[in-house]
Amino acid sequence: MSEPLIELQNITFAYPGAPCPVFQDFNFQLLPGKHIGLVGPNGCGKTTLLHLIMGLLRPQAGKIVIFGQEVSKEKDFVAVRQKVGLLFQNADDQLFCPTVLEDVAFGPLNQGKPPAEAIRIARETMERLGLHGFEERVTYKLSGGEKKLVSLATVLAMQPQLLLLDEPTSGLDEQTKHRLMHILQDLDIAYMIVSHERDFLNHTVKECCHVHATCCTSA
Amino acid sequence: MGLLPEQEEERFLSTIGEPFSEGASLAHRLDPRGKVVVAALFAVLMAVAQTYAATLAGLAVALICLALARLPLKKVVVRLLLVNSFIFFLWVVLPLTYPGEAVWRFGPLAATREGLIYTGLITLKSNAIIIALIALVATVPVVTLGQALHNLRLPDKLCHLLLFTYRYLYVFEQEYHRLVQAIKIRGFQPRTNLHTYRTYAYLVAMLLVRSYDRADRVFQAMLCRGFHGVFYSLRTFSWQGRDGVFVVASMLVLMTLGYLEWRLPSLLVRI
Repeated sequence: MSEPLIELQNITFAYPGAPCPVFQDFNFQLLPGKHIGLVGPNGCGKTTLLHLIMGLLRPQAGKIVIFGQEVSKEKDFVAVRQKVGLLFQNADDQLFCPTVLEDVAFGPLNQGKPPAEAIRIARETMERLGLHGFEERVTYKLSGGEKKLVSLATVLAMQPQLLLLDEPTSGLDEQTKHRLMHILQDLDIAYMIVSHERDFLNHTVKECCHVHATCCTSA
Repeated sequence: MGLLPEQEEERFLSTIGEPFSEGASLAHRLDPRGKVVVAALFAVLMAVAQTYAATLAGLAVALICLALARLPLKKVVVRLLLVNSFIFFLWVVLPLTYPGEAVWRFGPLAATREGLIYTGLITLKSNAIIIALIALVATVPVVTLGQALHNLRLPDKLCHLLLFTYRYLYVFEQEYHRLVQAIKIRGFQPRTNLHTYRTYAYLVAMLLVRSYDRADRVFQAMLCRGFHGVFYSLRTFSWQGRDGVFVVASMLVLMTLGYLEWRLPSLLVRI
């Protein structure tokens, strides 16, 4: 069996001031090439799980192993973020550059690519997502669906090996949802989707996991 | 930035706008960097000017720029009225409090000649600066302005503060409208009572808390995309012949204004 992409071992995490921890001795594994849906009631820790993987939150106890490397310090997570893409729940949190092209090129530039190449990657990614002609559009004047697709482009432009999507369908109409579905079906990397929409998950992932305080059970 | 037809389509009814930034006049087509530098120098010169000769000439220059920018007159007038409503208060206070020779008396109050002259000077100066800024800086979209300032080697932090502020102003406006709707649909009507004040206080506090939270999430999203404290700008500007002509001509005009301010009075005194 191949090495898991992500492994969480005995993680304990509580938000400061919260009466009980979100995770207690939590264990989780994601194998390469897997497409997993994360489900569960509000507040069960789905988003928290994604943020723990990205190092935006730090567990109080336990071990996180990503791509076979144990990660614990900010420096380790900086490397993780080069290879793992996270799509935020709210696109307004993700898009901050004035124009779409600059926003999509932001990641590649941070990866140290020269501007010309960053622009090429940005254009290619946008082409792939059907966002041709959006380059000079102003990010805050996009519609909700367009913002979501552009956010996805900003993440995919970094050529991640693993994609985490936090409620990608919230606020999208049927048509945009279908577009997103097809985009995900065409991806050849592992991904995890947090969603409450069973129908969307049925079309995009092979298995769904229920997130509990101690583990994920298949649902 | 090209004017795409999609840009004209407003996604929600925003009251924040840049009414002067779109147009095809000469003032719109000039390189924003040249315009910003000239406008800044002009503003400084006008701010330090002490003579009517220089300020009147400056006002005339600003009006010429405004005419060249061919902006919607009505909107310009509205904006000038807004600025001058502040200056109105100076007319109420300054002539009565400035020491000097009294020209009018209303009971215990006296308006002084020096006070009137001084207030008039301030009025001319402010209007000259505002008109020049409308003609030169407001004709640049804020986004381009930020990039131009960055290109002019202004501190990164300041440029990005400007761009971020502008970017999220819209989000906060939306958030504000959502909050206002939330209190309206539950039958809130502003009155002069504690309930109203408390509600407004909650509104402002909630807006602050939410913006703080959002700043947090935006920063997290940036970290996820490998942000390490450096911004890269993709924007390139093209400096053209007409920009050179504009800057040289502006420098000559500014020098003339300076001459009016500093040389002319001493010559007049000697005569």
